[in-house]
Amino acid sequence: MSGRLTVVEPGPLTLVEDRGRPGWAHLGVGGSGAADRAALGLANRLVGNAPHAAALECTIGGLRLRFDDDAWFAVAGAWGDVALDGVAVRPETATRAVAGAELVLPTAAHGLRYVVAVRGGIAVPRVLGSRSRDTLAGLGPDPLAAGDALPVGDAVSGAIPALDRLTAWAPVDDQVEAGLLPGPRADWFTEESRLALFDSVWRVSPNSDRIGVRLEGPPLERLVPGELASEGVVRGSVQVPPEGTPTVLLADHPVTGGYPVVAVVSEASVDRFAQLRPGQSVRFRHA
Amino acid sequence: MTAATGTGARRLLPSGEHAVLVECGSAEEVLGLHAALVATRPDGVVDLVPAARTVLVSVDTSRIALETASAWVARTEPAAAGSAAAEPVELPARYDGDDLAAAADALGISPDELVEAHLAATWRVAFTGFAPGFGYLVSDDWPYDVPRLASPRTRVPAGSIGLAGSYSGVYPRESPGGWQLIGRTDAVLWDAAADPPARLVPGAAVRFVRGEVGS
Repeated sequence: MSGRLTVVEPGPLTLVEDRGRPGWAHLGVGGSGAADRAALGLANRLVGNAPHAAALECTIGGLRLRFDDDAWFAVAGAWGDVALDGVAVRPETATRAVAGAELVLPTAAHGLRYVVAVRGGIAVPRVLGSRSRDTLAGLGPDPLAAGDALPVGDAVSGAIPALDRLTAWAPVDDQVEAGLLPGPRADWFTEESRLALFDSVWRVSPNSDRIGVRLEGPPLERLVPGELASEGVVRGSVQVPPEGTPTVLLADHPVTGGYPVVAVVSEASVDRFAQLRPGQSVRFRHA
Repeated sequence: MTAATGTGARRLLPSGEHAVLVECGSAEEVLGLHAALVATRPDGVVDLVPAARTVLVSVDTSRIALETASAWVARTEPAAAGSAAAEPVELPARYDGDDLAAAADALGISPDELVEAHLAATWRVAFTGFAPGFGYLVSDDWPYDVPRLASPRTRVPAGSIGLAGSYSGVYPRESPGGWQLIGRTDAVLWDAAADPPARLVPGAAVRFVRGEVGS
């Protein structure tokens, strides 16, 4: 144990997340973990953390955090006018905080989810091997509340790197391109609909969360009618409910689903969905 | 790997860069294949998820190539049915659910007949999902097909025993749900601190017995 943080204000939703909880899906427990894996990996590397270290995932903004002890931290993912005791903090850079300093994450200007890594990692108790909050299963540490004290652990892998790492992905405000691979039930859809998936511009619905990003656009039509027996689904699955508009499953997706999966978003692209803001548009290409 | 491969009705379907979905000919084959895959799993296979007609095989591609895992799946023979016939998990049940009469009525039988059939059946966990520790129970002794509620309940109490389609199940904790509720149990079905954390694991046999259940 090497320090402590205190939550002054949690904002609308701030969670502890790590790389998740693989290996329990056969008991109905999903992988969960950080919505933007690339941002988590980058933030952890910037402060010399082990890859499995837990960080904070702050959706939209509004988080105020006090460092009760001296600490190194880094913010990745979403971008905004982040400040430490009123002084601007560069995104994706290791920064030193002295004991008593307060970090403020305002409403994100670009992207949707900030990731805040602290050197040593957030050391709340693990549940089934992970410190991640699974919002669907209700597993792992509760969403942060004002007054919460967060212990800092010793999950370091080396010194703070001397050079800044390259940005994993600068959050963009306009149209995003995402790679798609074939899904198990592509043949349940008409040829026209499979083409429409790539030819259409899809809009991100406000009705999106860590379970999935709903997309608005032309309904995809089924070739095979009837119900699909529930089957295992993966993060990035493009699931199509009867009304025909797809949902891209994110970190807290259910283990099994009863809607056919027409395609799967590539690993390189699925993190981008965690940073899409409602109203933003997406185009798919073949991965 | 879009082409179907494998023996008999078994097909391997693509599911992104890290997984392959194996479609089986029957629920029986799913359980047998899942058991055989669990018994022979190579390093790097992260999750084996049985479902109604499929097994999802997820791998860590930094440890095993998806093609290697697919070849392993394609050549694995399902274990014989009932080969792991351990003692059934017994769940004490009290049949006083809000939908008992309606469910029996929909099937054209009396509530007592429905309860007796539910008690007499030997159930098996076909797969899990919906919530941690929720097992989809099937039984060869259960001939009924029960419609889901037209409008799901926003709050189903923990321990509720429900019916939907050809399945029975027990809600491990309070949640929304659209199954017809016929009774309840006090049994703890999920405990994250226990090993395994779920009482009902895929393949396990289950029996309901009349028991005292607190109100």
